[in-house]
Amino acid sequence: MNYLYFLYIEFLAKHNIPQLFGDITFYVIPCCIIFAALLIVVLALVLFERKLLGWFTQRKGPNRVGFWGLLQTLADAFKLLCKENITPKGADRFLFNLAPIIIFVPVMVALGLIPYSSEFTFMNFQTNLLIFIVIGAMPVLSILLAGWASNNKYSLFGAMRSVSQILAYELPIAFVILSVAVLASSLNLSQITLAQSSAKGIFGWFGIPCFIGFVIMFICVIAELNRCPFDLPEAESELICGYNTEYSGMRFAIFYLSEYALLFANALLLAVLFLGGYLSPFGKYLSPMIFPPEIGSILVYFEQAFWLFAKSFLIIFVIIWIRATLPRLAAFDLLKFSWACLLPLSILNLFLMVILKYLTGGGYV
Amino acid sequence: MNIILTSIDYILNQSRANSLWPLTFATSCCGIEMMQTVASNNDIARFGSEVFRGSPRQADLLICAGTITHKMAPVLLRLYEQMAEPKYVIAMGACTCGGGMFAETSYSVIKGIDKIIPVDIYLPMCPPKPESLIDAIRKLQKEIGKESVLKRKEFLNKHTQRLTESCGMLTDEINVTKLGVL
Repeated sequence: MNYLYFLYIEFLAKHNIPQLFGDITFYVIPCCIIFAALLIVVLALVLFERKLLGWFTQRKGPNRVGFWGLLQTLADAFKLLCKENITPKGADRFLFNLAPIIIFVPVMVALGLIPYSSEFTFMNFQTNLLIFIVIGAMPVLSILLAGWASNNKYSLFGAMRSVSQILAYELPIAFVILSVAVLASSLNLSQITLAQSSAKGIFGWFGIPCFIGFVIMFICVIAELNRCPFDLPEAESELICGYNTEYSGMRFAIFYLSEYALLFANALLLAVLFLGGYLSPFGKYLSPMIFPPEIGSILVYFEQAFWLFAKSFLIIFVIIWIRATLPRLAAFDLLKFSWACLLPLSILNLFLMVILKYLTGGGYV
Repeated sequence: MNIILTSIDYILNQSRANSLWPLTFATSCCGIEMMQTVASNNDIARFGSEVFRGSPRQADLLICAGTITHKMAPVLLRLYEQMAEPKYVIAMGACTCGGGMFAETSYSVIKGIDKIIPVDIYLPMCPPKPESLIDAIRKLQKEIGKESVLKRKEFLNKHTQRLTESCGMLTDEINVTKLGVL
């Protein structure tokens, strides 16, 4: 980040723009980049999911709008934007409108904490990971608000289910993250990524020694995102649409899209923690070998971002695959599964990792 | 001015026509054909309308699949009113178009749902094949393509007036705010 900062200031100095301007805008630009990238990625993800669900069930999926159906989600977004907004009479007007507004904020903050490449973390604190976990659980607040303010029993049921689900599944995540922090001796996401780099390539990633943790965290992330087979808060056959039953038009679109934004953020976190983040799976980066050194040294950063995105999209692919395959759990099974199975396993995993760390003499390589 | 209006119309109509999200609403055997339309042989997802919404607030298209009895009629009307503008209706099956085989003998069946709600496309068969439902959706998409923002407003005003006349009690319960283009 420092490197980019100096580049930017130098560029401004060339054009006789005061440094103060650069100091201020340097922190505004990342926000704009995140926002634009988030919108594009989310729109792409919705199409990705609909196409994949089609293929998994031997259908074609959307293929009429634009080339190969690429503009399908854009059409959906436009339609939802221009659809009528309904506020039910019994609803709490202020909270009802507030809920969709605040659901996107935690996702944006969470995306800023991810190291996209070795020089490119928007907010690089010492305790990135901790902040991500705290922020990542916040959307449930707005889900609860939405369920409460709608004044609809199905919305409230959905919201309550979501809260109990998050409470149950946040705890195993905390233990898994502790074990990763033990392995890397750090709570900073960039340092966790660096701790996984070695000449061994794939075998240096934390997904190998901490495989139990990886599986547990994967399941918990699916549960936290309210996706199949844990989509109880939105169970269509029981609760109509769950917490967003009363929402229409753009407000519903925001809920719909924030679900995918959260999915993307959590997939990025999983990729950083267990799949080596921006590290190349071959042990070394390809771009310096293919391109001449002066271009290659810059292209490395893009290659790192590419690997991170590829890994997270792989995770998203598996999550969608699971959605197309498994039926929904019953409410009590869901809670029992977390408290009786995942929580003990994650504690066991933590002990195993501590022992591993002790045996390898302070540094797992 | 006209150029702007027509281009807005074009974009809006295209996006509306290509993402018709139907309401999960099936009252009898036509519903089975509707499910078949979503399944793999006749894939409704190609036209962007496989997203069946449980909540009428988020649906655009009411495919009325099956017989509507006198007891079901208020429910149908209520569901239609709960849907957000712009909304479209396909009357699927002979029963919904004009009573079908219940038209002369039954005491309990409504002879055509256009007595309760406005219908955009009639699809009479008993029951219609999945291909014909897809055909109906394509025809509805063409109809939407001819729409204009101004004309829609006219239609809306006339329509809400008619609704309040026939069922003032129901419309009073829903507080409607209009934002956006419409």
